[in-house]
Amino acid sequence: MSDTKKFLYVNRRAPYGTIYALESLEVVLIGAAFEQDVSLAFLDDGVFQLTKGQKTDGLGVKNFSPTFRALGDYDVTKLYVEKESLEERGLSEADLQEIMYEDEDDDWEEKPSIRIVSRAEMVDIMSDQDVVLSF
Amino acid sequence: MASYDVNGTAVEHDEEGYITNLSDWSKDLAQVIADAENIQMTDEHWAVVNFLREYYDEYQIAPAVRVLIKAIKKSMGPDVGNNKYMYELFPYGPAKQACKIAGLPKPTGCV
Amino acid sequence: MATLHTVNKSPFMTQTLLSCINHAKDGDAILMIEDGVYGGMAGTGLSDAVAAKAASLNICVLTEDLEARGLDAGRLVEGVSAVGYDGFVDLVAETDRTQAWL
Repeated sequence: MSDTKKFLYVNRRAPYGTIYALESLEVVLIGAAFEQDVSLAFLDDGVFQLTKGQKTDGLGVKNFSPTFRALGDYDVTKLYVEKESLEERGLSEADLQEIMYEDEDDDWEEKPSIRIVSRAEMVDIMSDQDVVLSF
Repeated sequence: MASYDVNGTAVEHDEEGYITNLSDWSKDLAQVIADAENIQMTDEHWAVVNFLREYYDEYQIAPAVRVLIKAIKKSMGPDVGNNKYMYELFPYGPAKQACKIAGLPKPTGCV
Repeated sequence: MATLHTVNKSPFMTQTLLSCINHAKDGDAILMIEDGVYGGMAGTGLSDAVAAKAASLNICVLTEDLEARGLDAGRLVEGVSAVGYDGFVDLVAETDRTQAWL
């Protein structure tokens, strides 16, 4: 489609202290109906959104981390995570949950949605967008 | 607050008929909600309802219609997994109405 | 293909300005607004970091927000300029996209 635009959702906040992370995810899910070329960026405290083993029963709020694994169903398959942001927080890719999607163009092969990128690569990803939405 | 009557037990629902407490759900309740919606539950209806409940359990969201139909098509074939048939099963919208019977919140993005 | 970045938080409360600077490409513009304008002041712990980028980026501060806080353009880091609402509009129009650093 010629009028498809590149949308980047920038996530820079940790998941439960504020409503930003959940709101961002909801906007991504709703926005998916418009069938644009969507990517998600996780940098700064945003990388905390993807850690595995989140358990919110004690807080009495919804644990929305499993919802990231549904994004593939919505054709959202590019989750860029900044390496430097992980390292500054003592995290590595092994601390993140596994998020896969089925590649329709490749016999439904399962592929990882999370792509670890350097800060320099993130700069290029950001400057390659039509629309940048920050949360 | 309004409620459904399931074998003498009251189960609260909101003004649109979605149950308030997701853990209140049972097959009997689903039948009661379906009756209230004028839906005769068939195996296909149950398959959709069960799929929705499993999807919610795994991902904590009710899927969008597009996602639901794609998944039903994959598991039950194109005869069931298509827009027209799904709307025949759930005339007021497969996501909206089936979610209500499945005891899930209204799907994200559904107004 | 330049980006206009806006920063609206005080750099002394959050890392937002630094993160923005680290993700801006040469030729991009940064406009400090609201509490973000404190990031443009000379003589702070962050002035050197801002000054170091003043040549490769177009760093601006919104005049109205400066004035509201009792500051003026004379207090800004060298190379950082003050623009009004009209300048804000020009920056949006001149760039290909806007990225708000919240």
